[in-house]
Amino acid sequence: MQIIQYLINGISIGAVYAIIALGYTMVYGIAKMLNFAHGDVIMVGAYISFCVTNYLGAPAWVALIAAMAVCTVLGIVIEGLAYKPLRGTPSLAVLITAIGVSYFLQNAAQLIWSSSPKSFTSIVTMKPISLLDGQLVITGEVLVTVAVSALVMVGLTLFTGKTRTGKAMRAVSEDRDAAQLMGINVNRTISTTFAIGSALAAVAGVLLCSTVPTLQPTTGSMPGIRAFTAAVLGGIGSIPGAMLGGILIGIIETFAKAYISTQLSDAVVFSVLIIILLVKPAGLLGKQVQEKV
Amino acid sequence: MKKLIAMCLALVMALSLLAGCSSHSGSDSDALKIGMTGPLTGGNAVYGTAVQAGIEIAVEEINADPNNTLKLEFQPQDDEADGEKAVSGYNVLKDWGMQVFIGTVTSSACNAVAPLTVEDEIFLLTPSATAAEVATAGSSTFQMCFTDPNQGASAAEVIANNWPEAAIGIVYDASDDYSSGLYDGFKNKAAELSLNVVCETSFTGDTKSDLSTQVTMCKDAGADLMFLPIYYTEASYILNYASRIDYAPQYVGCDGMDGILNVEGFDTSLAEGMALLTPFDANATDEATQSFVAKYTEKTGEVPTQFAADAYDCVYAVYQAAVAAGVKASDEPADICAALIEQFTSMTFDGLTGKGMTWDSEGMISKAPAVVVIDGGIYVPMD
Amino acid sequence: MKKILNNKNTRTNLITYLVVIVAFVIMQTLYSLDMLSNSMKGYLVPICAYVSLAVSLNLLVGVCGELSLGHAGFMGIGAFSGVVIAALLKDVIASDVLRLLCAMVFGGLLAGALGFLIGIPVLRLRGDYLAIVTLAFGEIVKNLVGNLYVGIDSDGFHMAISTSRMELLEGGTYLIAGPKGATGVEKLASFPMGFVLVLLTLFVVLNLINSKEGRAIKAVRDNRIAAESVGINVTAFRMKAFVVSAFLAGMAGALFGMNYSSFTASKFNFNTSINILVFVVLGGMGNILGSVISATALYVLPEAMRGLEDFRMLLYAVVLILVMLFTWSPKVKEKTEVVSEWVKGLFYKLTGKKEVGVNE
Repeated sequence: MQIIQYLINGISIGAVYAIIALGYTMVYGIAKMLNFAHGDVIMVGAYISFCVTNYLGAPAWVALIAAMAVCTVLGIVIEGLAYKPLRGTPSLAVLITAIGVSYFLQNAAQLIWSSSPKSFTSIVTMKPISLLDGQLVITGEVLVTVAVSALVMVGLTLFTGKTRTGKAMRAVSEDRDAAQLMGINVNRTISTTFAIGSALAAVAGVLLCSTVPTLQPTTGSMPGIRAFTAAVLGGIGSIPGAMLGGILIGIIETFAKAYISTQLSDAVVFSVLIIILLVKPAGLLGKQVQEKV
Repeated sequence: MKKLIAMCLALVMALSLLAGCSSHSGSDSDALKIGMTGPLTGGNAVYGTAVQAGIEIAVEEINADPNNTLKLEFQPQDDEADGEKAVSGYNVLKDWGMQVFIGTVTSSACNAVAPLTVEDEIFLLTPSATAAEVATAGSSTFQMCFTDPNQGASAAEVIANNWPEAAIGIVYDASDDYSSGLYDGFKNKAAELSLNVVCETSFTGDTKSDLSTQVTMCKDAGADLMFLPIYYTEASYILNYASRIDYAPQYVGCDGMDGILNVEGFDTSLAEGMALLTPFDANATDEATQSFVAKYTEKTGEVPTQFAADAYDCVYAVYQAAVAAGVKASDEPADICAALIEQFTSMTFDGLTGKGMTWDSEGMISKAPAVVVIDGGIYVPMD
Repeated sequence: MKKILNNKNTRTNLITYLVVIVAFVIMQTLYSLDMLSNSMKGYLVPICAYVSLAVSLNLLVGVCGELSLGHAGFMGIGAFSGVVIAALLKDVIASDVLRLLCAMVFGGLLAGALGFLIGIPVLRLRGDYLAIVTLAFGEIVKNLVGNLYVGIDSDGFHMAISTSRMELLEGGTYLIAGPKGATGVEKLASFPMGFVLVLLTLFVVLNLINSKEGRAIKAVRDNRIAAESVGINVTAFRMKAFVVSAFLAGMAGALFGMNYSSFTASKFNFNTSINILVFVVLGGMGNILGSVISATALYVLPEAMRGLEDFRMLLYAVVLILVMLFTWSPKVKEKTEVVSEWVKGLFYKLTGKKEVGVNE
């Protein structure tokens, strides 16, 4: 029974990683940049939601929409001010700028909301389901997070596959210059991607803090790195890959804690990542790109 | 080439800023210069800013006293709870002319700085670096807080006296000096008292965002008492998750737990019945505590924790010793250091965090650990 | 002589050495005249360590074009192993300088050996995948060292990776004690040794870049397939650069560790790796002198901004973003060029000199 409880715990945190990883993967796939500030946008989303529910007394869904709105705007502003001017420069330059943005958001959050931890009130009001005389407990958060991450994945897949904007995104991802020649507005497409990624970050922030209620200015950074790992594990750029990677990392992490060592779980998770990448260098579901001569 | 020139300019700018900093700080005032380093930014900033505010309140009070002959001057420096930055901050304070050092806030940073203060003969009194190594670094290093192993042992005694039959589960932070020190002290004493420990589990700074596995492990091991030698930030999550899975053990914490009732948004009913060892109670009715709590709340908008109270006591202890020894603001740090060592090893001090505190020659404090129980959202002394 | 000076590479290298030597002489003179503030004195050794780290990472990132996010891992290995060696040799070698040298060499060798071992599988990957694997490597090192216990007691030397405290006999001392990290470290590091390390790093890296192999490495960076087709053994060169870079990082780590009486494994985390990377990118990829200067400037900058208190790190972030925009953005570049042309024109007008063609 124990093993199933751990599996549930793993899926719970894994589904949160998956949503964050979806944001990472979207941005990477289209803008070809590692957006290390993504984790901190999550933190901002969680703070906005916290403020709206605790200070304005609004219901959870209002808080979620407010967080999404603020993060979308924040994403577009960050992209416009910090990333857009660097379009076409080596990806490393953008990476460093993203790190600068990450420092900026963390320190700004500390000045605005102070460093004292806040306890996030879960947006899920559902009672936990207790099975087998309480031996197995499935909390409402687990169900909601898994459902939302699955929905987001399906939604994104449909969006990129069926809609005009989505197709434009895929075209930009495939070949930026060719897309431009075909009359696609590359800059606007990338901005849209950031807007969607940031809105997803807000959702991820609210779900992360519903699952793990301690909210601090540094809340986003560790889950951000985990999710980045998850995105690479699943094959960066691949939407189902991010989902798979997220859940896998969550499960591996939980099992490593439960059955190997709580202290060495990081070493286990990252070793598994290295081994998988050696066997499948482009991640589990990533495309192996053939280099052109 | 242009970039190189730009970088050179940046360097010159940085250096000139540095020069600017050191020149204006050379003001030769007639106040005793007290310095502090602690994490004022980053993940541990909550502890450093509490200490900073505690010191500032004490310094303002002392300076406002018309009968006072020894004025104090205070400068905080950020160390991000990191040894390297703490050493840099300490050097900046030395350039400023610091005469007494109240810091650092965290243990690992203090381990890096304490040997330097011994070398430079600057008196060190830390409000909250609890590692035993801090006190033993030299004869001039003193602690206002309990040493970890001692406090861990006290916690074991409290459990043995009140819940001798309990099946104990422990969750501690293995990457943190403070928490693992408490755990070591507890484990040794628990073996001596033959307590029934059924589950020992831990987390690290990188994996502390998800502690559900650890709680589940304790639950599955049948623990009906959870000993949490960790800070309240992580503890609030453990309490939250345990209540979600219908797990309600008796909780026992240490001084790092103080503050859990003031976490914004935290449902304090979850902490009902928790026992914790803390030297400070913000709800105490004595005048000194009330006035401190009022000032602190006005300054920061938050309720003070034992970090702030210990820091406040540090300033008063140094002040009391300095006045008793007849220290003047113009004295050399080394002379002040010698005078304070003599005072600290012989005086008794009454503060917010205890009455009749004394220090041994190592620099470790002896004060009575108060055990409180959370009842109705406030601390009630445990009988 | 003139011929040598006309060679652009040699000239840049000479300038690099010259800048470093002049900086050392000035600082050392000020030091011995006791004209430096305590904080300045405190910066000297860490700056040397970070300069070496930045230059060695530049070999990997700038010259080879491999993004590494785990450089702090090698630094950590060097720091911890160096501390252990220095403590073990305490009774064997009396001279502090010699002991520090042994510690640095050993730290470097261990880091290099580990670099070789993980290089075998890792270098089969490319680009962002290589980056994530080096990140993973750094995290694994940090995690393992955080649970490493090394101690000496009357029974001799003990070492264990353990999740609970390793027990020593009465009177034993811990050199590395898990989460407490290395405590009671003897401070052997000195500024002249730091300078020697920087010179060694420059010598090794500059020679490697300008050798036949260096040209091969650059060819591999610019176009791997073309380089392979003319018979350059790609993997061997990448491996060499990887190991050399790890070796130098290990040496720098040992120097860094011996400058503090205590440090923990969490020091060598992802953030430190990123910081070193920032030095490299800001200084210019493949530009060695740039790395030297930017490591110095960016190490001193947050320290210099201490007076700003709460806003310090916020402003540091803003400066970082602005510098990146100004040095990389094509649009901003155009604008600054207009301004600099205008300033140049004004300068020539004022001095009455004729504009001379720039010979670059």
